[in-house]
Amino acid sequence: MALLEVKDLQVYYGVIQALKGISFEVNEGEIVTLIGANGAGKTTTMQSIIGLIPTRGGSVIFDGHDITKTPCHKIVHLGMAQVPEGRRIFQELTVYENLLMGGFSQNDKSAVKQDIEKIYTRFPRLGERRNQIAGTLSGGEQQMLAMGRAMMSHPKLLLLDEPSMGLSPLLVDHVFEIIKDFRDDGTTVLLVEQNAGKSLAISDRAYVLELGQIVLSGTGAELAASDQVKKAYLGG
Amino acid sequence: MEFIETLLNGLSIGSTYAIIALGYTMVYGIAKMLNFAHGDVIMVGGYMIFLTMANIGNPVLGLLIAVLFCVVLGVSIEKVAYKPLRGASPLAVLITAIGVSYLLQSTAQIIFGSAPKMVVVADLGNLTIGSLTVPYYMLITLGCSVVIMVALSLFVKYTKTGRAMIAVSEDKGAAQLMGINVNAIITITFAIGSGLAAFAGFFMLMKSPSLSNTLGAMPGIKAFTAAVIGGIGSIPGAMVGGILMGIVEAISLTIPAIAPYTDAIEFLVLIVILLVRPSGILGKVRREKV
Repeated sequence: MALLEVKDLQVYYGVIQALKGISFEVNEGEIVTLIGANGAGKTTTMQSIIGLIPTRGGSVIFDGHDITKTPCHKIVHLGMAQVPEGRRIFQELTVYENLLMGGFSQNDKSAVKQDIEKIYTRFPRLGERRNQIAGTLSGGEQQMLAMGRAMMSHPKLLLLDEPSMGLSPLLVDHVFEIIKDFRDDGTTVLLVEQNAGKSLAISDRAYVLELGQIVLSGTGAELAASDQVKKAYLGG
Repeated sequence: MEFIETLLNGLSIGSTYAIIALGYTMVYGIAKMLNFAHGDVIMVGGYMIFLTMANIGNPVLGLLIAVLFCVVLGVSIEKVAYKPLRGASPLAVLITAIGVSYLLQSTAQIIFGSAPKMVVVADLGNLTIGSLTVPYYMLITLGCSVVIMVALSLFVKYTKTGRAMIAVSEDKGAAQLMGINVNAIITITFAIGSGLAAFAGFFMLMKSPSLSNTLGAMPGIKAFTAAVIGGIGSIPGAMVGGILMGIVEAISLTIPAIAPYTDAIEFLVLIVILLVRPSGILGKVRREKV
């Protein structure tokens, strides 16, 4: 059964149509990737699914709920989390406080503290820097923090928007390892990436987005082998 | 001795400004708007204290009623006047706030008339230690303000709601992604700011018993100035800015040659500080995000 079902989603910025009716689905336990060039509508898709920007048409069904018009904070309580483009960690709060904010939707205080310890185990660097102001972390550490923060709400579906952006090649590999770990631990992942090669390699399925429309879809391997994708996104 | 009296006077005026400035700065930090009606909420609080004193005669009850009424008023103003404008141009919100300010002043004038009312909150007398004479109202103002400021700082730092307020002020979108209801946080912010305005009204009436529909106008502008001096959006900044304004005011009033220009001197302080530090004493110099 599809955990997330996006049907004919349309989003406008003023009079400009950014999403021209896109449809796709994410099944439980999958990693699904949206690839596409700058301006294709990837971030718009991510933000409209989670309710940060309003949609003009179509519908979004998540875990059996119609969340098309649901405000963002309620969608988070239903079990969706997002690591936004550019990470957007809270610069003025400490690492620890950022993780606390990630657990905002959880009511059990001691469980939240335990979850934070688990994040420290998974990302030892964050544990070492728990009392450091998050704005002073390196880019890679900030990405770990953003991912840890998103996992604090125990999401059924995790939306990752360009998690490898701006990171060194070594860290990029690390990020993709973490995404696989998340999936193996039972979190379904919807990924948006410009690094098409690495993301297709870990994806169960993928969609290619061009100018607000889905032009191609298939398994990760199928798309990685497709001439069209090779030419446009994998450098020949 | 005289200097200590002046200093205490400055601290008490300043802490009143600080309490008002907190309302401006928190609303600015979280809703990203200047609530120019904030000063007039003080005035409404003043009339609530007046009504309670006239009918029941208990100043503490008067303060309590004023706080409750102002909280309801502040939250209602936000719901009716500002919430529909979320996402509108900042100028539309600003002009609306000015409109709300005049609405409150005019409504008070219609209900209570334009002649000032005398509200003697309590005749408290002075504390005398040797040659030092300090009116008790100053000590009450100072004591209450310190408690309020400490409590507010602890609330923001150590409660879930307080941290959510910091998160919303830093990044509204990211805060929503944490599951924070931004509208609820804005409501809470208006409630806190308006409740503090009632306290400020109480402090002002203790100091000088004359109450009119423009009670909050000048202190409102000065407290807004204090918030900008401290760094708009910063809670410690509002406290520092308020105290600084109060001390400047108290010292200026004791020097006969410049006493008549006290208001002008306070605004001069604003200009000088903004020339040196455009984002205010404790204001953040925000990096442009790419």
